[in-house]
Amino acid sequence: MSPGPNPDYCEHFNALGEQLPGAGSTWVNNARRMALAQFDQQGFPSPRDEDWRYTNVSAIEKKRFKPLIPPGDAAADAGWLKRYRLNDAWSLVFVDGHFSARLSDVDDVPEGVTVQAMSAALANPPAAVEAEFGRVVGQTSHHGFVSFNTAFFTDGVLLHVPADTVLSRPVQIIHIASEPEAATNLRNLVILESGAQAALVETHLSMESAGSLAVSITEAVIRERAQLDGYLLHGASERAFRFGGFYVDVGTAGHFNHTNLSLGGLLVRNEIHVDLAESGQCALDGLFVGQGRRHVDSHTRVRHRGAHGTSRENYRGVLSDRSRGVFQGRIVVEPQAQKTDAQMNNRNLLLSDEAEIDTKPQLEIHADDVKCAHGVAVGQLDPESIFYLESRGVDPVSARNMLTFAFANTLVDGISLAGFRDIAQDALLALFPEAGIRKDWL
Amino acid sequence: MMLDIENLHARVEDKPILQGIDLQVSPGEVHAIMGPNGSGKSTLSHVLAGRSGYEVTSGTVTYRGQNLLDMAPEERAREGVFLAFQYPVEIPGVSNIYLLKAALNAQRKHRGESEVDAMDFLRLVKEKIRSLDLDEQFLYRGVNEGFSGGEKKRNEILQMAILEPRLCILDETDSGLDIDALKVVADGVNALRTAERSFILVTHYQRLLDYIKPDFVHVLAQGRIVKSGDASLALELEKKGYGWIEQEMAAVA
Repeated sequence: MSPGPNPDYCEHFNALGEQLPGAGSTWVNNARRMALAQFDQQGFPSPRDEDWRYTNVSAIEKKRFKPLIPPGDAAADAGWLKRYRLNDAWSLVFVDGHFSARLSDVDDVPEGVTVQAMSAALANPPAAVEAEFGRVVGQTSHHGFVSFNTAFFTDGVLLHVPADTVLSRPVQIIHIASEPEAATNLRNLVILESGAQAALVETHLSMESAGSLAVSITEAVIRERAQLDGYLLHGASERAFRFGGFYVDVGTAGHFNHTNLSLGGLLVRNEIHVDLAESGQCALDGLFVGQGRRHVDSHTRVRHRGAHGTSRENYRGVLSDRSRGVFQGRIVVEPQAQKTDAQMNNRNLLLSDEAEIDTKPQLEIHADDVKCAHGVAVGQLDPESIFYLESRGVDPVSARNMLTFAFANTLVDGISLAGFRDIAQDALLALFPEAGIRKDWL
Repeated sequence: MMLDIENLHARVEDKPILQGIDLQVSPGEVHAIMGPNGSGKSTLSHVLAGRSGYEVTSGTVTYRGQNLLDMAPEERAREGVFLAFQYPVEIPGVSNIYLLKAALNAQRKHRGESEVDAMDFLRLVKEKIRSLDLDEQFLYRGVNEGFSGGEKKRNEILQMAILEPRLCILDETDSGLDIDALKVVADGVNALRTAERSFILVTHYQRLLDYIKPDFVHVLAQGRIVKSGDASLALELEKKGYGWIEQEMAAVA
């Protein structure tokens, strides 16, 4: 059942109209209007939808977060930002969905490479953008957050790397939500031409007080033999709502690696959907930490549509207090995708009687010569390990925190991009102050 | 007296395991506790270290004048009781060197001392690690993560060497070690022997005692010490097996 039209949102759209990026471009306008009409029909997803069964977003529906053209970037403090900024990267900073040139650094981008704010790119959209915009997400996800984002996105990043070009530095997107009650929408598009390589780091944050909705959608087109390494750190305040979607189309022998660290927010859903062509490879790692009353949902889907593909998935959840975690991992192997090698693993630590995890691995295999496996574990801290630490003089509270941190840290420790690992470890340590662990000794 | 155990009874769930242990350990002494499987050897070491799941039903354990059984496991450790585990636990995600430092600092804090200086600590650890024939990289791996059986046991000895306990309890430290690893472990233990430090070696086999010479050997059977002697008792056990003790007990009964 549709929740009915959203007259507020239609009004917002009409009010924003000309101020939205790409307003001068017919195809952008059409895409927005179609999406708005679709959103009007469907609203935000309902738990009746199987893909949303464990995550009820009616709070978002009720709150009627307001899309806006943000007033500026004054809320972002460069000092505070420093904690999250990679040292050696091209960085694009957005405050409430609005690009801040002042806080960004996109100097010295190599010839032929585009690293640009979407608002600027859409002033005069290149043909590649028109061809690819909405295509990858359209293959896989059609729910209300997608149409909402398409209708209302205020900015984002366009990253286009020409064939056989290897970016020497990562591209970092930093988004800060500061306006309470606001809905912000970022829309990113990544195109890696054949043989190109790039790393994209997304850092989504919010100010303490901001109880806002941040929707971010990234589409990535990875052509033959190209490789994208994606990293996501979501460390927003405990009042923040988020929907993040990352939709990837991997060409023949292309690679996609992604690390999803979901460490903040009140109600969070991240979707990572990957389509793999022949000999394509992907590795999806993730960590979600639930504390207080957080709800955090990680939804992954890997579709093998060519032979000889490989996918590896490794997600860990740590849930304490009254938090709730959801892991839905789906692997689809199409009939032609023979010799697929797919593995999915989800391990969860439940630290309180009131915490909850819903984990649902799904294999949907239509080919007969494949190697597919999944494993799920839900457990508590091992009493033997606690005793081991106590027997070395560590008090029980520190011991428990240390073991919890360790469980989460194994994932962070494996991050290859050193600068990001460093930032992630700081963010993780901040969640376990009682572990008494100091970073210099990790 | 370092340790005075009197008439100690303990059970796991409803099953009595220790049924009247008496043992006195003075500073500087090395006591070996031998016995067949199921005699209660490991239970004794776990009860001394304070592991939960064991219920002491009667008897007393006095450690340097204090009631040991009243102390939490971490207090025992900070007061100088060290248990080298038979099966050391793997903790991926926390580095070995971090645990060493956390353990040392917990002890120092307990004694009212400041945290160890980082440079001094590194120097100390590197010196000890060389003497145990371990690679330095070993410090930066997760605690016992992917270590071989021998490396795990050497790591226990490394922790012991850093923490400098007063009373070291080694629970089947020799199990699963080849002869070279056994020698390294034994050398590590021997290097720690002083006139003040006491050891309790819990072992099934005599061969560890070829390398660490005990002052006393006790035979544990059915939850009691049934025979005590000097190092020669271990050799006799090696020759005759535990069946001999059990026969003697049957004859007495």
